[in-house]
This record gives sequence, structure tokens and C-alpha cells, in this order.
Amino acid sequence: MIGFILARLGKSAAILVAIVALNFLLIHAAPGDPAAVMAGEAGASDEKFLAQLRTQFGLDKSLPEQMALYMKGVLTLDLGYSYRQQMPVADLIFSRLPATLLLTFSAFAISLVLGTLAGVLASARVGSWADTLISTAALIFYATPLFWVALMAVILFSVTLDWLPGFGYETVGAGYTGLRRVLDIAEHLILPALTLGLFFMAVYMRMTRASMLEVRGLDFVKTARAKGLAPRTILWRHVFRNAMLPIVTLAGLQAGQLVGGAVLTETVFAWPGIGRLMFEALAQRDYNLLLGIFFISAAMVLLFNLITDVAYRVVDPRIRAS
Amino acid sequence: MSEPVLSVDHLTIKLPAGADRPYAVEDVSFDLKRGEILCIVGESGSGKSMSAHALMGLLPEGVAPVAGKILYAGVDLLTLSETDLRDMRGRKIAMVFQEPMAALNPLMRVEDQIAEVFEAHGLHTPQERRTRAVKLLEEVGIPDPPKAAKAFPFQMSGGQRQRVVIAMALALEPEVLIADEPTTALDVTTQAQILHLIRALQRRRGMSVMFITHDFGVVAEIADRVAVMQSGQVVETGTATAVLGAPQHAYTRKLLAAIPKLAAGQGRRATKASPLLQVSGLNKTFRTSHGLFGRSERVVRAIDQVNLTLFEGETLGIVGESGSGKSTLGRCLVRLIEPDTGTVTLAGVDMAHLKGEALRAARKTIQMIFQDPYASLNPRMTVGRIIADGPIAHGVPKAEALAKAAELLSLVGLDSSALARYPHEFSGGQRQRIGIARALALEPRVIIADEAVSALDVSIQAQVLDLLADLKQRLNLSLVFITHDLRVAATICDRIIVMQKGRIVEMGETHDIFTRPQQDYTRLLLDAIPGRSMDEAAVAAAAR
Repeated sequence: MIGFILARLGKSAAILVAIVALNFLLIHAAPGDPAAVMAGEAGASDEKFLAQLRTQFGLDKSLPEQMALYMKGVLTLDLGYSYRQQMPVADLIFSRLPATLLLTFSAFAISLVLGTLAGVLASARVGSWADTLISTAALIFYATPLFWVALMAVILFSVTLDWLPGFGYETVGAGYTGLRRVLDIAEHLILPALTLGLFFMAVYMRMTRASMLEVRGLDFVKTARAKGLAPRTILWRHVFRNAMLPIVTLAGLQAGQLVGGAVLTETVFAWPGIGRLMFEALAQRDYNLLLGIFFISAAMVLLFNLITDVAYRVVDPRIRAS
Repeated sequence: MSEPVLSVDHLTIKLPAGADRPYAVEDVSFDLKRGEILCIVGESGSGKSMSAHALMGLLPEGVAPVAGKILYAGVDLLTLSETDLRDMRGRKIAMVFQEPMAALNPLMRVEDQIAEVFEAHGLHTPQERRTRAVKLLEEVGIPDPPKAAKAFPFQMSGGQRQRVVIAMALALEPEVLIADEPTTALDVTTQAQILHLIRALQRRRGMSVMFITHDFGVVAEIADRVAVMQSGQVVETGTATAVLGAPQHAYTRKLLAAIPKLAAGQGRRATKASPLLQVSGLNKTFRTSHGLFGRSERVVRAIDQVNLTLFEGETLGIVGESGSGKSTLGRCLVRLIEPDTGTVTLAGVDMAHLKGEALRAARKTIQMIFQDPYASLNPRMTVGRIIADGPIAHGVPKAEALAKAAELLSLVGLDSSALARYPHEFSGGQRQRIGIARALALEPRVIIADEAVSALDVSIQAQVLDLLADLKQRLNLSLVFITHDLRVAATICDRIIVMQKGRIVEMGETHDIFTRPQQDYTRLLLDAIPGRSMDEAAVAAAAR
């Protein structure tokens, strides 16, 4: 197992370097650069000012030179400097990362746990009113655009009912500390986390239901019944454990989006996370910041792919042996 | 014999609406006596398996008993609540299933799956359960039981897994054991071992065994009494000697007559003609490497230095157990698998080294019939298109190819109205006929039949074998017939090659192989054929 993890880590590092190089080239293939955007915003478009900005940002060097410099920086974990925000990229990212991870992990946990449970319930009572209700709800969540759900949730729970705060990370200026602050953040978290989690909850539910129904028809479930086992034991020990394999795959895919997948939700709920930072950086051609965020996202995807593969090995002895 | 342990009394089981008949089982009665092995024999769809599942209360959804009783210890099992049934399952009546590969939970250790039987009935401490699991594994003859107990099912062979399933069924010393085709998925030598084991356990424990099978050879090996089922009804019951020796019902006689006889091919001598296909020094090794650096490499020599010759107009059998390389060899001959080294010379052309257009052209000469008639025909293509596809690919105009397809259909005994229909509208035997027509469409000189009749019921099997023999005569074909079933090989083959672990163990004329086998492995295979006593009795009867 440890050998496997080490081998995979080595492979992941190589892939990460390739991704960084590819990102760098792609981003420079797009028209415009930060100097042009800044000059445009300043209203001064004379060549001299542009050239001066480019020298300052290091954009006057040739592309291979710039790339070499950037790659060298990344390898020493220096993600560069954002000239727009006047801050090191790493500092910017790490100031925003906790908020995003809090949001996306909550959404991940909610969708995984509730979606899977709903799927098990629906499959155990297939054809009943409970199954119909769960399946219909899942279809609605699956089909409705995320931003619309978010806006409607704000209108209903925040504006009309006034139960929950509609935007932000915490109550600004309240100066809460300790437990009171935790509760305040949790209150702010509910709507965006639920909104973000709904889509995947529906996907987990549908997949769990289908997978459970498939496994339920397999021979070893009949063997288990012939032993005289109780239905509940058969459901969890035999059917669910075997039905979990595709769910692990899907969870790995979703977990890979933990950093970059919340742009829309963060924007609607004014959540101060990476997603909004990335959106702004894109609009401003803030190359270093964008590349930094891409780097973190890619690292996250690779990390969760590895975790998924390890999870497979834990769940399925057949993979462990091969 | 003594009183019945279990009696099925006028049982009728209803099928869901839309099935091909209203009842799976209709007005069926039979007794299982104490300490006997009762074989329920029948072809697929005869209702034999449904009757067994009804005893356990394990009928599929939508299928339910509507009349009759199943009496066990004075109680009608059909009236029991699910809770009472559950208590009885495993404790009083236990079951062994057909597919040992699928009957065990792939994610649980063997000992946990056995211990579960005790757990289900609230018996013993967890420690005690594990000790007993190891003991049971020992009783069913698994080597190194403590180690096997810790293994996962995928680490065991099919025969070992079936032993585990049997151990689970025996755990609570049930009075009745139901075995639903327990050896059908196993190799012939493994089958012989499992039959022996069931027989020995039944004697040691005085159990009553209800043994479901489609194979009269197995019946001859194991049965005390026999019940023959056809389309949901019991047509004949009696002692094994009576039913096998002097069958009363026409259907039983038909089934017995359809069993390929070991003596059938034994009088035949191959006529020496010119060699058509010559294989020399053929090798194929499969490597599976794991991980980034491929440290743990598994190497399987699927074909190991194989030399053989197929003469014009002969049928050459390739027999062996699973993993012997017989199917890989067949696929190498038609280049569905690329051999590593060696030559396959067909009518003077080396097939093994052809490329591109030349290979495509040469492939016309050698065609294949596959094992599973359900999987080998594209379900979204009409039968006409399936048959005509090959000729069309070789440049025959479509109309002409379809006309030819109609001819071929009548040649294999199907109506030309089949052209416009889809494979799912046909039975297994009919589909295999379509598969044969497809292989014939390119007018090949050699046909490779890979387990072409293994998936078919015995009466259908006999028809398809007759068809193949007839076509071979009429079209001057040469046949390579790959099979695990020595009975089938004895009926159709002129010469036989015995394979084991990728190598040819023995090669010779069918008669010699069956009467004077030279190698131990061949003898082992021959001894394992179920129901040899039937053939010997038949030979003795013929001699009188």
C-alpha cells in the first residue's frame, strides 16, 4: 500500500509540472495582457507607459524566458506576485482558501451523506410513494440551474421568511468571537452549502439507487437470504457495500472540484472564496494569480484522485490484490 | 426407503403476466425421502429451479405459488411468515447454487461469510463461529483451512468456492440440502470431486439432498431417485436405475437418446487426406504488469509450442479444462488474438504473418462459431444483415448477399422469413443456427467452433451437432471443434487433441484417445466424465 502511494505521488508530481507548463502556455495564447488592461483602466494608452508596465511585470521578456522563470518559481513553491492586487499570489490564495474549503466540504458532505441515504431508502422501497417522492425530488434538483436555485433560496429563506442571512461569510461589524462567531458563520453557510450540494445530492441518489438495485439481483444476495439473514443485514452488509464502488468513483470526481467548482455559488452568495478571486483575476488578466489558482486546483484534483484510488483499495480487496 | 422428509403436494407456481406460459410449475408433486438424493432433471425452462426456490421461499418477485402445499415436519412452508421462513433457512433447509463465482460476496472474507450463518441464527460467540468456520472448511476438503478462511473469494478457484458454499450450507447441519446445478459451471474433473463430496457428506450426515440438474450423466453418478420435469410438470419419477435403464415417458427417452454417447465416434477412423491447416511452433504469452514500474508481473503461457495439422474434410477436437489454452488457440488460428511466434499455414498461406488487405482476404477461408448464442449476435442488427455483413464487406452487392443469406438460412434449417427479424426473437438453438449461417456466408474451408454447443440444452445440442456434421459433409468443410465436453468430442471428432496449461498433452484418433489413452491427464479427464456407467451398460447391452 505504501509503495503504491509513493509511486502514485511521484507520478502525480510529474503530471502537476506538465499541467503548470500547459496552463502557462494556454493563458499566454489568449489575447491581451495585464499591462494592457491596467493601461486601459488608467485611461493612458501611450506606448511608453505600456512598455514601462510590461518591464515592471516582466512581460517584456521572451515567452520561453518568462516560462522558465515561472516554472522555477513554482518548483520552489513561489507562485509569484499579483501586480493588480499588490500582494504575493500565495498570500492571496491562502487568505481565501479556508472560506472556499469550508463551503465546498460542507456541500460535499451534505450531498454524499444525504444523497446516498436517500438512494438506499428509495431502492429498499422501490416503486413505493417514498421512492417516487425521492426520485422526483432528485430529478428536479438535477435539472434546475444552480444559480436559479440559489437566487430563489435567497428570496424565500432570506428576504421573505428572514430565517437565514442571504449573503456573506459572517455578519460584518458584529465583532463576534468564539462560539458565537462559529454559529454566525454556520448560519451564513447553510444556504450556499445546500445550494451547492443539491445537484450532487441528486446525482448520488440516482447512482446509489441504480447501483443498489443492480447488486440486489446478484447471486450472493440470494446466498445471503438462503442463510437466513435478516433483511437489514443483507441490505447494509451485502448490498450496500458492493453498491458503494461507483459512489466512491463519483465522490472522487466531486472532491476534485472542491477548490474550483464554487464560482457561481460564491458569486451569488457573496462568499469570499477562491471562486470569486479567480473570476476577478480572469477579468483583469492577472496571469500570476490565475495560474496560482489553477495550480492549487490541479494539485487538489490529483490529491483526491489518489485518495479515491486508496479508498478503492480499502473497499475492494480485488483491487488491493491486482 | 423411509418416510418423506419433505413433500411437495400439487404445487402450482404462477408466472407474471407476459411470460411465455402462465405457470412455471403446474400441479407438481414429489417426495424427498430421509437420507436419499433425489435428482430433479429437466431442460432449461422446465421449472426445476423454480420448484427448488419455492421450498426456500426465495422465488423471484412477481412469481408466486398459487396452489398446493410444501410439507416439512408437518407444516406447510407456503403458509409460514417471512420471519419463520428466515429461521428455517440455513438451519433446516440449506441451499447450494449454480455459479460459485457469483454466489459469494466478493468483498467479504470466507470465514466471515461462513460465520454469518451462525450469526443469522444467533448461535455461538464470534470467536467460536470462526473456529467452526475453519472446521467446516476442513470438512469440505479445502487445503490449508486456516489460510483459506482468511482469503477473499476471488483468490480461490471455482471448485474451492463451491466447497465454501457447501460449507456454508452445512454449517447448521440442516436436514435437507437443495443443490441447484452445483457443478454445471465447473470443469469436468472438479465436477467429479464436488459430486463425490456431496455424496460423502450426505452419507456421513444422513441428509436428504434435492439435486437439480440438466445432465443425465450427473444423475447417473449421484441419484437414488429421479424426477423428470418438462414444461413445469413432472413427467416421470422413479429410482435412478429404473428411469435411466427403462424410461417410461417419451420425453425421458428423448432426453436420454440425445446424450452424446462415448461409444459413438469410437468405431470411426479418420480418412487421411492432404493437410489443409498446419500450425507449427505457435506461442502466445499473456503478461499483466501492475503499477507504474511493473514490478509484479504475471506471466501466463496460454499457448506453449503448439504444433498441429488439420486434414482436409476432418473434424479435429481440441479438448481441455478451463485455462488450458484451447480457446486462445482457436482465436490465434483466425488471428482474433495475435500469436507471439510460430506459423499458421492455411492452404499454403501463412496466416500468422499476413497484414492489411491480404489478411482480410485470407480470413474468408477460416471462420468461427462462438460459444454464447446470446452474446455473439448484434442485437440491433437484423438476422439478414448479420449473415450478409461478411460478404458485403468483401464486395458482394447487397441484394445478392441477402439472397445468399436466405439460402443459408434454409440450409441451417430456418425459414427465410427470419431475414428481417432480430436475434432476440429466436431461441438459443435457433441463434446458434444463425451463427453457423453467418460463419458459412463467406464460403470458408475451415470452421473453428469454440464451445459451439456448450450453452445449449441436450436435445438442442444433438440437433446442432447433427447439423454441423451434415454441413461438413455437404460443403466439404474441415472443422476445428473446441470443447470441454468429452462426450460431445466423442460424437463429432475424428481426431482429438488434449490440452493442459497451454500444451498439447496428447493427440490421436478419437477411438484411441478414448480406449487407449497414453497420458495420465487424459485418463484423469476420461474418468471424470459423469455417467460413464450408463455408457458401459449400453455397450454391454448392445453386445448381448
